[in-house]
Amino acid sequence: MRLFEFLLPRRPTSATVAKERLQLVLAHERASRTGPDFLPALQRDLLAIVRKYVQADEDAIEVRLDRTGNASVLEINVELPIGAAARAAV
Amino acid sequence: MATVIVVTSGKGGVGKTTTSAAMATGLALRGHKTVVIDFDVGLRNLDLVMGCERRVVFDFINVINGDAKLNQALIRDKRIEKLYVFPTSQTRDKDALRREGVDRVMGELRNEFDYIICDSPAGIEHGALSALYHADQAIIVTNPEVSSVRDSDRIIGILAAKSRRAERKEDPVGVHLLLTRYSPARVQRGEMLSIEDVKEILSVPLLGIIPESESVLRASNTGMPVILDPASPAGRAYEDAVARFLGEQRELRFARPERRGFIRTLFGRA
Repeated sequence: MRLFEFLLPRRPTSATVAKERLQLVLAHERASRTGPDFLPALQRDLLAIVRKYVQADEDAIEVRLDRTGNASVLEINVELPIGAAARAAV
Repeated sequence: MATVIVVTSGKGGVGKTTTSAAMATGLALRGHKTVVIDFDVGLRNLDLVMGCERRVVFDFINVINGDAKLNQALIRDKRIEKLYVFPTSQTRDKDALRREGVDRVMGELRNEFDYIICDSPAGIEHGALSALYHADQAIIVTNPEVSSVRDSDRIIGILAAKSRRAERKEDPVGVHLLLTRYSPARVQRGEMLSIEDVKEILSVPLLGIIPESESVLRASNTGMPVILDPASPAGRAYEDAVARFLGEQRELRFARPERRGFIRTLFGRA
């Protein structure tokens, strides 16, 4: 009976799941298709520069390239240990 | 000057050869001199789908190597005037598609035909790249299914990067989506990606949908392009796709589940 189906919480159909999975994976693949090659090298160089001034771990830097429409956003995150910035300021 | 159309998909088994045969036949039926080329070297099949397998003497690779002239290798269709099939080799492999050879043959064909349809092999290797290189237009054959959609996205990216038009920084290859093996009933039940879903994911204009149809197998069994079967829903859908390709407006048929009468349910066939 489908009469009272509307009372039940709607489960996403398999097609909806497929669409969401595809959108996620393709967003990732399209971004990496356009210029993933220089990112590791950029990350290495940036880390070397940062370390010239402050103590930072190997994995303290994160470089990401996000595409939004016709522009790209280069996002660089550097995690510094407590006190490192203060020392650098001296 | 001819328009070169590549029929490609990345994924195998989605209907590239069926589509190449149908589109070529449809364009020729409308009076355009058309040749359909099999780029799947080593796995020749277009000849079977077109029903000319017993008439193959020379092939694409013979012409590339200069062992035969173009006119010796082109097979003139016995049903449709202005339709020609260019078969490939069954014994060689894809490396035989030497770049300069393919360039020369495509140049010769461009002078003689209105439309050149390149039936691409699956994959993104040399054979597929050779098939799409010369394209002016591309028909991306996609099944409403995750792996096919993902591979289509990949091949669309390759068209934008590695085609001759991309290399020469000319206008990009015109990309058209053809959704095949579509089952409106399953879409309605939420079991299959819909037309809107696939269009949204790939952001490519839709050339047509081809409904899942038993008539496609019946057509290839007998070597007749499905577009020539007047009773076939898939054939009618290909006819619409050809019309749209030529710039006509056509309503989208076969997008909704068919309401079948009681008698047709009992005795009908798809």
